[in-house]
Amino acid sequence: MSNSNNIFVKFKKMPVDGMAKTIIVATTLCFICSMVVSFAAVNLKSKQEVNKALDKQKNILQVAGKYYEGVNIKKTFSSFEPLIVDLENGKFTNKFDPLVFDDKKASQDPLLSIALKEDPASIGRRANFVTIYLLKNNDGSLDKVILPVHGYGLWSTLYGFIALENNLNDIFGLQFYQHAETPGLGAEVDNPKWKAQWKGKKLNNENGDLMIQVAKTSKEKEYHIDALAGATLTSNGVNNLVKFWMGQSGFKKFLKNLKNGEA
Amino acid sequence: MSQTRKQLLIDPLVDNNPITLQVLGICSALAVTSSLNVAFVMSLAVIAVTGFSSLFISMLRNYIPNSIRIIVQMVIIASLVILVDQIIKAYAYEISKTLSVFVGLIITNCIVMGRAEAFAMKNTPVDSFIDGVGNGLGYGLLLMCVGVVRELFGSGTLFGVTILDPVSNGGWYVPNGLLLLPPSAFFIIGFLIWGVRSWKKSQVEAREYKIQTLEVH
Repeated sequence: MSNSNNIFVKFKKMPVDGMAKTIIVATTLCFICSMVVSFAAVNLKSKQEVNKALDKQKNILQVAGKYYEGVNIKKTFSSFEPLIVDLENGKFTNKFDPLVFDDKKASQDPLLSIALKEDPASIGRRANFVTIYLLKNNDGSLDKVILPVHGYGLWSTLYGFIALENNLNDIFGLQFYQHAETPGLGAEVDNPKWKAQWKGKKLNNENGDLMIQVAKTSKEKEYHIDALAGATLTSNGVNNLVKFWMGQSGFKKFLKNLKNGEA
Repeated sequence: MSQTRKQLLIDPLVDNNPITLQVLGICSALAVTSSLNVAFVMSLAVIAVTGFSSLFISMLRNYIPNSIRIIVQMVIIASLVILVDQIIKAYAYEISKTLSVFVGLIITNCIVMGRAEAFAMKNTPVDSFIDGVGNGLGYGLLLMCVGVVRELFGSGTLFGVTILDPVSNGGWYVPNGLLLLPPSAFFIIGFLIWGVRSWKKSQVEAREYKIQTLEVH
């Protein structure tokens, strides 16, 4: 006891601006602060991850039109079936467990993704395996398919979901859950009024050509989404990313297989 | 609470407001005031950080070597900010998404650093804590004022509750889009400073120059 007291007294008596005291104060403070910060980070991590997962589930419910104020997200979400699709052959794969598969990690992993030569959505690499969600009716028939999409807008990569009706050609909705576009301009991709335009639009024409586009004007009303005023580059980004993910390098093969019952 | 402590708390609200008088912390005031919910959480975060950083710095003030005092202050402030950021992410995830980088940037908020250097290094822990909270409140008060104007006239709502029914929902109010963009906060803060200084003349600074009279030859 007296010993530790002595050390403390000695420390107190050191000149405040001396080299020894400077080093002791700096080291101790850094040590204590890093303890506090890492303690908080480790302890709150599980809670933060639950939040993140819940937020993603909420967005999936929203894009499928199943979200309303006060809904039990976890319970409603359990009616969605997550499945992993191999984009190379357009079929379901059971190589991975969809409950733990990390899509963002997979799109960076050289073993699980390919570098894109043609890259309209400016995403660099595209994962070969992607988690999609099927929403089924009570009798087991398909109600909606929810596909993840992402691509570059003006400032940021937009991450979102597209929901398709069970004919796999009509769009039910589109929603972004993460982006950093200009508030009031590009961030109007979150505007309910603009999002409502997507409902009922068609992806492909009778010949199977991809027709959907975000543009200022178009004669093909059933494939046309009005671009955002004052946000040309964000609109172009959304146009490119939807075209990319619904095209040959995206989900086109899978959607064809699913329609023919071969997925 | 003694008279001086009460003053420490109340002075920064109007008489010595960190934004209107000292014109500090403008950057984050522009970024987080487009909706009141966000402004409110940001205010709480800044109050917590200024209060506790002043408290801890004041407790350590006799042991902090002069040569590294700014770094020591920064380490304490930065740790507190990370702590607050983690807590918001864990308990208010929706709001943390809108606040994004701005909570982290409290570290560089001049108000926090300013109180640490100007007050906490020279005063007792309790006084410093009160001073920090007072300055945080002053910052928060201004944020809320700007937020009310921006949210009410920019989107027709207050705390997300519709007050002026906007046209996009079939109402009558045409929202002013400019108010949702950061520059509008500049105008509002400017008008507020003008207002406060015409009300409290003592805040008007003396001119540093004299306007020359034109001499006609």
